[in-house]
Amino acid sequence: MPFGNTHNQLKMNYSAEQEYPDLSKHNNHMAKVLTPEMYASLRDKQTPSGFTLDDVIQTGVDNPGHPFIMTVGCVAGDEETYEVFKDLLDPIIEDRHGGYKPTDKHKTDLNPDNLQGGDDLDPNYVLSSRVRTGRSIRGFCLPPHCSRGERRGIESLSVEALGVLDGDLNGKYYALKDMTDEEQQQLIDDHFLFDKPVSPLLLASGMARDWPDGRGIWHNDNKTFLVWVNEEDHLRVISMQKGGNMKEVFNRFCTGLTKIEELFKEKGHEFMWNEHLGYVLTCPSNLGTGLRGGVHVKLPNVSKHEKFSEILKRLRLQKRGTGGVDTAAVGGVFDISNADRLGFSEVELVQMVVDGVKLLVEMEKRLEAGQSIDDLMPEQK
Amino acid sequence: MASMFTRMLSGRNTAVIMASLGAGTLVSSYVMMTESGVSAGEKKKLYPPSADFPDLRKHNNCMAATLTPTIYGSLRDKLTPNNWSLDQCIQTGVDNPGHPFIKTVGMVAGDEESYEVFAGIFNPVIKDRHNGYDPTTMKHPTDLDSSKITSGMFDENYVLSSRVRTGRSIRGLSLPPACTRAERREVERVVVQALSGLKEDLAGKYYSLTEMTEQEQQQLIDDHFLFDKPVSPLLTCAGMARDWPDARGIWHNNEKTFLIWINEEDHSRVISMEKGGNMKRVFERFCRGLKEVERLIQERGWEFMWNEHLGYILTCPSNLGTGLRAGVHVRLPLLSKDLRFNKILDNLRLQKRGTGGVDTAAVGDTFDISNLDRLGKSEVELVQCVIDGVNYLIDCEKNLEKGQDITVPPPVTQFRK
Repeated sequence: MPFGNTHNQLKMNYSAEQEYPDLSKHNNHMAKVLTPEMYASLRDKQTPSGFTLDDVIQTGVDNPGHPFIMTVGCVAGDEETYEVFKDLLDPIIEDRHGGYKPTDKHKTDLNPDNLQGGDDLDPNYVLSSRVRTGRSIRGFCLPPHCSRGERRGIESLSVEALGVLDGDLNGKYYALKDMTDEEQQQLIDDHFLFDKPVSPLLLASGMARDWPDGRGIWHNDNKTFLVWVNEEDHLRVISMQKGGNMKEVFNRFCTGLTKIEELFKEKGHEFMWNEHLGYVLTCPSNLGTGLRGGVHVKLPNVSKHEKFSEILKRLRLQKRGTGGVDTAAVGGVFDISNADRLGFSEVELVQMVVDGVKLLVEMEKRLEAGQSIDDLMPEQK
Repeated sequence: MASMFTRMLSGRNTAVIMASLGAGTLVSSYVMMTESGVSAGEKKKLYPPSADFPDLRKHNNCMAATLTPTIYGSLRDKLTPNNWSLDQCIQTGVDNPGHPFIKTVGMVAGDEESYEVFAGIFNPVIKDRHNGYDPTTMKHPTDLDSSKITSGMFDENYVLSSRVRTGRSIRGLSLPPACTRAERREVERVVVQALSGLKEDLAGKYYSLTEMTEQEQQQLIDDHFLFDKPVSPLLTCAGMARDWPDARGIWHNNEKTFLIWINEEDHSRVISMEKGGNMKRVFERFCRGLKEVERLIQERGWEFMWNEHLGYILTCPSNLGTGLRAGVHVRLPLLSKDLRFNKILDNLRLQKRGTGGVDTAAVGDTFDISNLDRLGKSEVELVQCVIDGVNYLIDCEKNLEKGQDITVPPPVTQFRK
């Protein structure tokens, strides 16, 4: 809740034991890590803007589990959350991000020239390519905690910066609360429009407050570069196009992001970033690069192979339905993307996707032809 | 509207952020502080109330109809002794512009003091919702003497069931939108302990939502007693579903005619019900049970939230006063199709709902008919109003069956001012 040090003093009238949540039926990262002792030592703390431990964990308390993924179960309300509550968040980050230690440093690499290949994924199989990330504006509270004034400030700054983009990136902003019916329909048809979150994971953390105030979508005229304002993060930046030219997608992604960052800096703002956690976002699962690079790809045969999950695991890839994180695959078409976010650079992650998807398509062709894929089995990356 | 200006401070000094709302468009100009670590209190001052004032142009609830930038400005920075704020009171109304069937209130209390600290917005909302009742000048009558009820037995060819419900809050503990887990567990403990002291036809058992067995759960569902985690965004946006199902539960007597919900939308909801049309008996049990529970909590030094202006204090301002909804499930196949049905209900101060409750539409010819009012009339008056009104509706139905005409009754008088 905004400036919600509400009740934190009141809770001190009760013992930690009396306040400790019942996590006996829970299966998320927070529940695995938050012991009664840790709760007792952190519960009287708050960030400078008033975000408390209970604010951090509320979504994890309210959502014991998810059918398809192991959820994180906590969110940050501001940049300082990751510092003030590091005793809770560091072990969660370590568990979630493949053993990433509190002393590790994260590499940022947004130079698209460092990507090898990626321009030749077979469009008979790869239907579309997409790279997304998020960015937070330093000095503002994050979506679970921001006030209406702050959220509007973020929108205003973002729209101003995006308004300067030109050339291939020339575009337009559509505020959710002002858009016309035609604009809305067009955005739906383009699969650009994001809706008020319905996922209880997001609702329970307070991210949907005041909807649709301060929310909107910007996209370039070519419809290949898209920015969501004030959904789950301050900004979600998406580069996408039909077909398999991931190199072009990533090129545009890096160019656009770099330009946007420059524009913000010109106005005296910067993105939340540090050399340990990389880019700081609302959900600990999106730290580091915040990058999910993926494709919609037809894999009806490979997906039925008994080793499919193992192959994905070794390639450091993740499968989802084409509706996104909370959906299952339909008709043999999968959303395949990088599983990691933190501890690898942007280039490294997209490289994994490019190489991995190339291999999966090759496997699919083999299985189509009735041949074995045993010799194609990858090593663990 | 407020004029806009900026002040720039260089370097590492914290700077002032100002924003202003133009008519219909947001025009803002910001200067960022380059240091992180501004305290919550300082952060608030960076944004004047006009920057935070919600956009209520598409809204249709009592809060939106009442809240002006001036009221918001004067109350935004206040806190109740439990640190509950105005933004937290109104969040549900900001998030939920309207409801298909009813004009919602659009705000909740986080504690007893909310009604006092934020009287500047609560009082006009209460006045709007409760037909001009003015908490600053008027007193609310409490009367739980069921012996005063007359003609409380309905024709069971029409009335399928009778029910009276209210809510009670435990003084000293925060309300469901605001309460901490420990407070909520304390509410559960206090109420369950009191209920264990009930005897004879009121003797019963508590079923905690976290601990009930599958069989118990199925039985409660079959009895139509089990309440589920709220899905209505009106409730979830107010934070009432936090930590579900911790410290929530259902108590009912062995005869299944007296039922208490713990920590759903209020600390406790008390329900007396039975099949058939014996509303007098339902209300008698209601009053007796309530008084007994009150006696039992007082023995341990607790009391219900109540004052002479607002009556019983509950989470939603719509439930102030008596918090009482007395109603029946009644078949009115002919009357419900008559064009005068709604007018008749209006004049009788009655409300219709579907038999699934407030967010449902009627199915077939069976309606849930109950009192509209909560505040300004006593429990006895409201139940009598329902009894007289439903009897009138049944008479209308019978007349229509015989091919006779019906008349719209004159409006029932409002509360004494």
